[in-house]
Amino acid sequence: MILPLPYFIVIPLLAAFLISLISDEKDHWAIILSVASIISLLVISIAGFIHVIGDNIVYKLGGWDIPYTICLVMDSFTAFILITIHLIALTSIIYSISYIRHFSKSGKYYSLFLLLIAGMNGVVITGDIFNLFVFMEIALFSAYALVAYGNKAEQFEAAFKYAVMGSISSTIILIGIGITYSAFSTLTMADIANQVESVDSGIVTWLRCIFAVGFGLKAAIIPFHAWLPDAHSSAPAPISSMLSGVLIKALGIYVIIRLFFSVFGIPASFAILFKILGAISILIGSLLAFYQWDSKRLLAYSSISHIGFIILALGINSSLAVTGAVFHILSHAIFKGLLFYDAGAVEMQVGTRNMKKVGKLSKIMPITSSTSMLGGFSLAGLPPFNGFFSKLIIVVAAIQKGAFISGFVAIGGSIITLAYFVKLQRYGFYGKKEPEQKGVKISTGMKSAMIILAILCIVTSIIIIPGIREYILRPVVYDIMSKAEYIKLVLGG
Amino acid sequence: MIVYILCFILFLVGVYGVLTKKDLIKIILALSIMEYSANLFLILFAYKSGGGMPILSKGEKIQGMVDPLPQALVLTSIVIELGITAMLVAFAIRLYQKYETFDITKIRRLSG
Repeated sequence: MILPLPYFIVIPLLAAFLISLISDEKDHWAIILSVASIISLLVISIAGFIHVIGDNIVYKLGGWDIPYTICLVMDSFTAFILITIHLIALTSIIYSISYIRHFSKSGKYYSLFLLLIAGMNGVVITGDIFNLFVFMEIALFSAYALVAYGNKAEQFEAAFKYAVMGSISSTIILIGIGITYSAFSTLTMADIANQVESVDSGIVTWLRCIFAVGFGLKAAIIPFHAWLPDAHSSAPAPISSMLSGVLIKALGIYVIIRLFFSVFGIPASFAILFKILGAISILIGSLLAFYQWDSKRLLAYSSISHIGFIILALGINSSLAVTGAVFHILSHAIFKGLLFYDAGAVEMQVGTRNMKKVGKLSKIMPITSSTSMLGGFSLAGLPPFNGFFSKLIIVVAAIQKGAFISGFVAIGGSIITLAYFVKLQRYGFYGKKEPEQKGVKISTGMKSAMIILAILCIVTSIIIIPGIREYILRPVVYDIMSKAEYIKLVLGG
Repeated sequence: MIVYILCFILFLVGVYGVLTKKDLIKIILALSIMEYSANLFLILFAYKSGGGMPILSKGEKIQGMVDPLPQALVLTSIVIELGITAMLVAFAIRLYQKYETFDITKIRRLSG
C-alpha cells in the first residue's frame, strides 16, 4: 500500500477554499464538507500509523532527488501527532456546529478552521525546514483570525497581542533558518542532521539557542508565555481547545522534539536548560492558574504548566521520559480539550465565566458537570485516567535518571494541579448559589463532543498496558530517539 | 562585515520599536522593520561580490554566481509578512472602533 502523504495538506486546503466558494449565508455544505474531510484525514492518519510501524514513508515532491526537493516524511511520531490533531479537530468541529451559530451563520469559520488544520498537518509532515516555516505561518494566520472571530473588544486585543508575539518569534525562526542554510547549504532536515558533526560546534549551539527561543515562544514555555492566557481564554471555546490542545504542541513541542532529537541533537547543557524551563513552567503556570477566577483563564494557565511537564520530560532525556512526554501530549490534548468545551458550555448557558457567579451548576447541567469531573480527574492525575499515567511515567523516569529535583517539582506541580481542579469543581459546579440561566441551552452536538472526549480520557489510558504499549508508544519513542534511523530513512534507500 | 552589523542594528531598531512604542500603528511599523531586517539578512548571506546571475544558457559557464535559493525564500517570506501586516492593520482598525484609541496603555480589558 502506498500512502499518499500530500493528501494531509491537499484535502484540508481544497476543502477550505471550496467552502469559501460555495457557502455565503448558510453553513450546511460547509459543515458537511469539513466533517467529511476531517473524518477522512483521521482515517488516513490511523491507516498511516498502522502502516508506518517498521516501514516509514518518504514522499518527494515533483520526483526530484533529496537536496533539491521538498520532502514529506512520515514516521510513527508524525502519525501519532496527526492522529491527535484530527481526533481533537473532529470533536471540535462537532462542538462548533451549534456553538458558532451564535456568532455568525456564515461558512467562513469552517474555512479558517480547515486552514488551521492544513497548516498544522504541513508542519508535522514536512521534512524541509523552510517549508515548515511556511506551514507554520498558515496555521498561525488562521489562528489569529479565529481568536478574533467572536467580534468582541477583548478578542481583538488578545488577537493583536498574539499576532505581534507570533510575528516576533517567526522572525527569530526565519533568521535561524537563514543561518542554518548558510552553515549547511541545505534545508532538508535529515541532510542537516547528517552534517551536524562536520560543522563548527559554536554555530550549532547558536542555532539551538535561536530555535529554542523561537519555538519556545510558540509553545509558550515560561518566560515566553505572556500571549497564551489572553489568546486561549478569549477565543471561542472550540478554538480554545484546538489552540491549547494541539496547536501549541504541533507548532511548539513537535518541532522542538524534531529539531533537538532528530536534527541538531540535545547536549547535556540543553537538557539541563529544558529541565529548568520545564520546572519553572510547571510551578509558575500552576500557581498562576490557582489564582484565577475566570474558568477559561485558569485552564489556559494550566496549559502552560502541562507544557512544562512535557519540556521537563524532554530534558530528562531517557527513553522512558520521552514515552511519558509523548503520552502526555495525547492525554493533555484530550482532557484540556474536554475542559475547554465544558467552560464554553457553561459560558453559553449561564452567560458568565466567573466561577464566583455561576453557582450550583450540577443541578441544571448534569452532562457538563459530570464530564468536567472526569476531565478534571485526568487533569489532576488521579488513577485510572490517562493524565495519571503520563505524569507517573515522567516522575518515575526522573527518579530513575537520578533527577530527584525534577521528580519533586513534577509531584509538587501535580499537587497544585489537584488544588486548582478542586477549586474549579467546588466553585464552578457545586457552588451554593442557585444558578440562573441567562443564555441558551446547549445542544446535543456539544454534549456528544464532550461525551466522546470524556470516554477517551479513560480509554486512552489502555495504551500504557504492556502488550498494547509495544505497538503504540514504543515505535514512536524509537523514532524520536534514533537520529541515525531518521537520516537513513530520508537520505538512504 | 559592516553590512551585517548594520543589518543587526536595523533588527534592534525594530525590537526597540515593538517594545517601547505605545501606538498600535507604530508597533506594526516596527514589526515590519524587524521582518525586513530578517529578509535582508538572508539576502546578505547569499550575496557574493562580483557574482553573476544564476541563469544557465547553452555553452556558457557561470563562475561564482549568486545563490538564488535565499532570494526565493525571501520572496515567500515577503508575501507572508504582507499578509501578517494586513491582518494586524485590520485588528488595529477594529480595536480603534471598539476603544476609540490607538494607545495600548488604554486598551486593557484583559487582566492578569
